[in-house]
Amino acid sequence: MAVKKFAIACYDDEAPLFDAVHKVRHSGYKLHDVYTPFPVHGLDTAMGLKETDLHIAGFIFGITGTSTALGLMSWIFTSDWPINYGGKPFFSLPAMIPITFELTVMFAAVGMVLTYCYLNQIMPGVKKHVFHPRQSDDLFVVVVEVTEGTDETELMNFLNETKPLETDVQIAEEGWWYGRFDKEENYSKQFAS
Amino acid sequence: MHLKYESFIREPLVDGEKNYSDVTADICRPIEQKPTKLWYFGFFVALAFLGFGAFSVFWEVYWGLGTWGINHTMGWGWDITNFVWWVGIGHAGTLISAILLLFRQHWRTGVNRAAEAMTIFAVMCAGQFPIFHMGRVWDAMYVLPLPNTRGPLWPNFNSALLWDVFAISTYFTVSLLFWYSGLIPDFATVRDRAKTKLRKRLYGLASFGWTGTAKNWQRFEALSLVLAGLSTPLVLSVHTIVSFDFATSVIPGWHATIFPPYFVAGAIFSGFAMVNTLLILVRKLYRLEEYITMGHIEAMNKVIVLTGSIVGIAYLTELFMAWYSQVVYEQEAFKWRVMGPYWWSYWAMMTCNVVSPQFFWFKKLRRNIVFSFILSIVVNIGMWFERFVIIATTLYRDYIPSNWTYYSPTWPELGFYLGTFGLFFTCFFLFSKYFPVIAIAEIKFVLKTTGDKAHKENLALEDKSLEEFIEIANHAH
Repeated sequence: MAVKKFAIACYDDEAPLFDAVHKVRHSGYKLHDVYTPFPVHGLDTAMGLKETDLHIAGFIFGITGTSTALGLMSWIFTSDWPINYGGKPFFSLPAMIPITFELTVMFAAVGMVLTYCYLNQIMPGVKKHVFHPRQSDDLFVVVVEVTEGTDETELMNFLNETKPLETDVQIAEEGWWYGRFDKEENYSKQFAS
Repeated sequence: MHLKYESFIREPLVDGEKNYSDVTADICRPIEQKPTKLWYFGFFVALAFLGFGAFSVFWEVYWGLGTWGINHTMGWGWDITNFVWWVGIGHAGTLISAILLLFRQHWRTGVNRAAEAMTIFAVMCAGQFPIFHMGRVWDAMYVLPLPNTRGPLWPNFNSALLWDVFAISTYFTVSLLFWYSGLIPDFATVRDRAKTKLRKRLYGLASFGWTGTAKNWQRFEALSLVLAGLSTPLVLSVHTIVSFDFATSVIPGWHATIFPPYFVAGAIFSGFAMVNTLLILVRKLYRLEEYITMGHIEAMNKVIVLTGSIVGIAYLTELFMAWYSQVVYEQEAFKWRVMGPYWWSYWAMMTCNVVSPQFFWFKKLRRNIVFSFILSIVVNIGMWFERFVIIATTLYRDYIPSNWTYYSPTWPELGFYLGTFGLFFTCFFLFSKYFPVIAIAEIKFVLKTTGDKAHKENLALEDKSLEEFIEIANHAH
């Protein structure tokens, strides 16, 4: 993780946002990320993001649950402690179905949510830089990284052409860290260039 | 290109020409303001009930199950009645958030957050009853397959009561995860608006550091869809398994294959009634009439009349099957249900559950707030009687007439029940003050297609010719 310089442009509607994302992607500038207050459909494809593989994780956790339940119950009933319940077979599959189903769902849900938190890098105590306080309210914020080779004035002119509501240049940590949201970080010292 | 057009014949889901920031401001308002006197009053009344419940439970644990009215014949009394009642209420939340998500019912966005919260609190209340019905509550952990020094001795995985343990705990966990994963972005909204340091810090913790990048939202949507897919069969399985507690036994009156669908319909019925009760209060208290509109209440009333009628048919089917089976025990059990010493509970159930929802065939009554509110309470009274009828009027007379009894609850049973009301409303009052009661991000997501503003802008579109319409729609995106 590193402290970097970012140019931001804010929009108040989806149409100019898509326009801006399209332009930034084709201009050669380094698109850092887009922050939106709610899921905007089609934004991921517009930014060239891959479809997420979270469902696959869910499936793997699910079958883990299935095999845990079936494995544990059959081992207990047939080998660890077989008990005769009214003369019924020790291995009685139909009676195992409800618990197997419940554990499948439980494992899939818990596993998926944990994977989701890991992939999104979210956890209580984690802090990330908020580029604009209204990015979770009504603004769509496009963040472009100002790399060493980027001409800052040229970039700002370019962003202003996309008719943003406002633009800004910020120095910020690009990743996450353990921190409190009621404290402001000051990066200007850490930012060398 | 992607052409999605929803007809604007339907009424808007969000009234009052809102834009995105109005939505945020309206829903965050209760969090950012000091609670009203009414809130304090309600909260402390709920807390008092909770305290009385805790005392009643303490009394029962200290002196033993003898303090309850149950006996050898009536092994299950108010406790299991209340357990099934609360679990049933808990079904609406996940139904609204999961099944209606899969059916693409956009009206769910206005009510899903509060309904899911209600689910979680109701399941918390339900869970208390089987645990304290054990009497020696310190042995409750033996329902879990934990390694122990007695062999290890495992629980009986063939038992419907153990299935219940797994079903309820899975249901609680998955509902909680579903609810909280939706809350994370909304907590971030509250955090970013926060003016005070404490609020910024606490909502910062609660929001898990969410910032809302495009990739995060993509995963958010994938997660909600899969969790909805998992929750849908889960909702149906939970009350099915609760009904197995009765149906897998060989007691006349319980041993019926109709139980699973009949219980699930009843659960949805009582759950929607409870959602209506709470939301009519919430929209009034927090002035959220523009988000929880008459349309929402009408939609829920429609579900109530549908499921109420299903339940009614199930009652009649039970009577028919008892007669048709030609089993004398089955016939006697149902004869006593209708005309025996507990006749009043059967007829209370019939009136509240089958007759009263039929009023909702009339649109005027479906869209009447006061009537909807009263009926939602009547329905829940009826559903409580249904569970009482199933449990009490089946157990009180078994195969040996010398065992026959008449059961009435004692004060610790009553106190326990009132205590769960206290728990439920304490949680709900805290939720309504400190949590966004409506899913902010989800409302914004549907605002452009179903909001009042979009309706007005698009009504002109409906008059245009097809060619013009396609032309405009092509340029809109």
